[in-house]
Amino acid sequence: MRPQRTDLLRGTLDLLILKALHLEPLHGVGISRRITQITRDAFQVSFGSLFPSLHRMEEKGWVEAEWRASENNRRAKYYRLTASGRAQLKAEEREWNQVVKIMTAAVESA
Amino acid sequence: MPGRIVSFFRNLLHKNAVEQALDDELRSSVELLSEEKMKEGLSRSEARRRALIELGGVEQVRTKVREIRVGRLLEDFAADLRFTNRTLAKSSGFTLTAIVTLALGIGANAVVFSVLNALLLRPVNVPNAHNFYLVQRFHVPPQAYPDYLDLRDRNWTFESMMAVKFVGEVGVDTGGNPSTAWPVLTSGNYFDALGIRPYLGRFFHASDEKGVNSAPYVVLSYAYWRSHFDEDRGVVGRTVEINKHPFTVVGVAPSEFRGTDLIFSPAFWIPIVDEPTVLSINSLQNRSEHNLWVMGRLKPGVTPAEAAADLNALGSWLSKTYPADDDGIKFTLGSPGLLGDALEGPTRAFMAGLMLLAGLILLAACANLGSLFAARAADRSKEVALRLALGSRHARILRQLLTEALLVSIAGGAIGLFGSVQILHALSAWNPFPDAPINIPVNPDVRTYAVALLLAVASGLLFGIVPVRQVLCADPWQMIRTGTRGTGALRRFTLRDVLLVAQIAICAVLVTSSLVAVRGLVRSLHGRYGFEPQNAIVVQSDLHMAGYANNQTAAMQRRMLDAVAAIPGVSAVGFADDLPLSIGGSDSFVYSDSATDFRPTNRAADAMNYSISPGYLRAAETRLLAGRDVTFNDDLKAPAVILVNRQFAVELFGSVDKAVGAHFKLFGGSRVEVVGVIEDGKYRTLTEDQQPAMFFPFLQNDSSNTWLVVRSKRDPSEMAAALESTLHGIDSGLPLTIAAWTEEMGFALFAARVASVALGVMGLPGAMLAITGVFGMASYVVSRRLRELGIRVALGAGKRAVLSASLGRALRLLAIGSAAGLVLGVLAARVLSHIVYQATPMDPMVLGGVVAAMLLIGLAASWIPARRALAADPLLLLREE
Repeated sequence: MRPQRTDLLRGTLDLLILKALHLEPLHGVGISRRITQITRDAFQVSFGSLFPSLHRMEEKGWVEAEWRASENNRRAKYYRLTASGRAQLKAEEREWNQVVKIMTAAVESA
Repeated sequence: MPGRIVSFFRNLLHKNAVEQALDDELRSSVELLSEEKMKEGLSRSEARRRALIELGGVEQVRTKVREIRVGRLLEDFAADLRFTNRTLAKSSGFTLTAIVTLALGIGANAVVFSVLNALLLRPVNVPNAHNFYLVQRFHVPPQAYPDYLDLRDRNWTFESMMAVKFVGEVGVDTGGNPSTAWPVLTSGNYFDALGIRPYLGRFFHASDEKGVNSAPYVVLSYAYWRSHFDEDRGVVGRTVEINKHPFTVVGVAPSEFRGTDLIFSPAFWIPIVDEPTVLSINSLQNRSEHNLWVMGRLKPGVTPAEAAADLNALGSWLSKTYPADDDGIKFTLGSPGLLGDALEGPTRAFMAGLMLLAGLILLAACANLGSLFAARAADRSKEVALRLALGSRHARILRQLLTEALLVSIAGGAIGLFGSVQILHALSAWNPFPDAPINIPVNPDVRTYAVALLLAVASGLLFGIVPVRQVLCADPWQMIRTGTRGTGALRRFTLRDVLLVAQIAICAVLVTSSLVAVRGLVRSLHGRYGFEPQNAIVVQSDLHMAGYANNQTAAMQRRMLDAVAAIPGVSAVGFADDLPLSIGGSDSFVYSDSATDFRPTNRAADAMNYSISPGYLRAAETRLLAGRDVTFNDDLKAPAVILVNRQFAVELFGSVDKAVGAHFKLFGGSRVEVVGVIEDGKYRTLTEDQQPAMFFPFLQNDSSNTWLVVRSKRDPSEMAAALESTLHGIDSGLPLTIAAWTEEMGFALFAARVASVALGVMGLPGAMLAITGVFGMASYVVSRRLRELGIRVALGAGKRAVLSASLGRALRLLAIGSAAGLVLGVLAARVLSHIVYQATPMDPMVLGGVVAAMLLIGLAASWIPARRALAADPLLLLREE
């Protein structure tokens, strides 16, 4: 349990969830699949991390949820980005790009 | 973050709905996952199994989601509280001990703090009290009226300056029911300068002062208006008679205004320019009569230092202009409310001492509880180990222990506060001098409550963290395996022992000092002060109240003497204008016979002065050492004569023998001859240094105030009745106060009484804490070593051995603590000797008393553990394992 690593992962997970929801509302399982897809199978998000993150984001008002029928006519809880969630996504993307730039520069320097 | 706030309440209020939604979501996720798997060609049950594996367990996910929710801390806290309630209720003896201990500690602190707050921290209850100061002459309050006028009119640093004169009782007649009351005389600007609005009518103003006797007005206090005028709103404009002179009621003061003194609340206020009307004396022109209190409000931006410099510049001017009266005069600023620096110093020292003791008591209580909680944590080590083994985090267990400590401390604090509020209300209502409106308003205010709460929480944390180390170091595996932690810690001299010794020492200090104070008090009641207060009745009357003019008083006093002397059973009677060791008493400067310059610095002595009748010495049982008593022939036609005490004789003339027949001069130059020398006495306080005193014959120095001293062998109540009917037989309008002389000495003994009561009250919780401390220690040791004791008994140990093994340690600590406390108490008693006359710890009664008290404490505390230890039955113990 090294706290720095957790924080990095948690921040990354939030960004991935927001990104996954950017196109269309999804349910929990859908989000997991979408993340696997957009990271080209690099990330397998466990539900034990996904659901707490989702609920935290819901409490913060970044996403809102509604129950509706799934593609196979099953009832499922769909999450959708709110306005503040969109703003958060932009902010996190900007931050991430900056981190990447800095880290790349740092790693490639002599 | 409104979303989070909404979630917070949703989580708390609709807990079930929130949980239900989570359940639904997880179930639907499982469905969605298994459908996916079934599409890949798996059987329904296999798909479901894989789905559950991928999800990672419904219950696990649920717990993780629950953990991030807002409001979870509160939920945990509620759970902790419920758990704590259960565990505390299960061990009610422990809980009760802890709560009572804390209630005592916090209660004692709340009471002492409240008194400290009321007397020293809280300013006088006037608007803008922060720039309101008492102007002292040197370091005592009294000033002369002409000096006050000069200060008021010539300073540049004070916005306003007012004068207050305390006078004794006056006779009041509101129409048919004569009574007495205690007013104060004030300068006309008094109310305006304070910035107070009248409740009814108006106040008098500076503009009402148009010379002597120009303002026959009176402003009633709210309390007096309620008690004597039945809240009659038509009272404004009515005329009342004060000492038989008409005064007009102009207004009523608001209920919260009790005057500018903390402990004295006057019945009404009269303009000081009317002093000659009220008192039949006129001190307004006299620069040598210091009897006013001067207070003032600084101008905005002026510092107290600037004001003092300004006053002292005026002082040196006064000193040059009026050398006879004001030579070398210096002014200082003091805080109003108490009697200036004079009373504030000792009060501050005493209260600081008490606060320290109270703090020590609480500290001892915390030490006590710390040990109790540590013992409890040790006893619960199995439970803790089990919880740790089941995956509970250390933080969670610690939080729960702290919750327990805080719950106990808050309960103790609440009970302690409740008790102290009762005590404080009783104290505020207490009227120490039955005939004077003096009380000590120490009702608790917000600060008291805040301090009590703060102390409760702080002490909760303090004793709550004692067992923390124990829990942090706990190794669940070790504990579950062996059931106990090593007993090695018991052998060492631990922090807990030190705490216990300190606690016992504090208790011994308290017991010692309260015994010293009480013994001193008892001794002072039977001491010899130059008169014999036992078996004497005193009758106080003021002839001005009854309407006698100055030239009529002496004749009336003579008639009173003759009438009382004729009562059967009276063996001696005499009177004085003031009694030693009662509230009054005045002093004045005397000069050697050769003196021609009567400035204060040339004085030969500052002597107490009394005016006495023939027979007073015999009635008071004051011994005449040389010369003769005053007689009825020492009147205005005869040469001026005087009696002096031994101290006076030695100071001025070198010896008692040389004094008789010698002369000296009074202030102003009149010459008197000493005709007799009497024994020394105490005049103002029991602890004072020996003062010189002189006694005028009443026919040469008249006074309306009359204290008859009557000595008789008859029953006091019978005698009092006879005195009243005899004196009212001469004049039915004479106001009389009849009491035993010992009762009248209440004022002189007041400080000693307060000290004894306060120390006694502090000593009680101190003693109880020592008992619980020793008890806790002893019973803990016994319970820890019960098995060992059982084995010893099985091996043939006698009762003695068992007792010494189980109680030896606690009792040794008790002995060490008591000895340390006794030594400290003896040292502390030196401070006490300034307050209580003849307070000395070098008294077999005190020393014996302390030892006996500590022995009793030890016995009481170890009784139950000792019985438990003796009942150790090896068979039972073996079976238990």
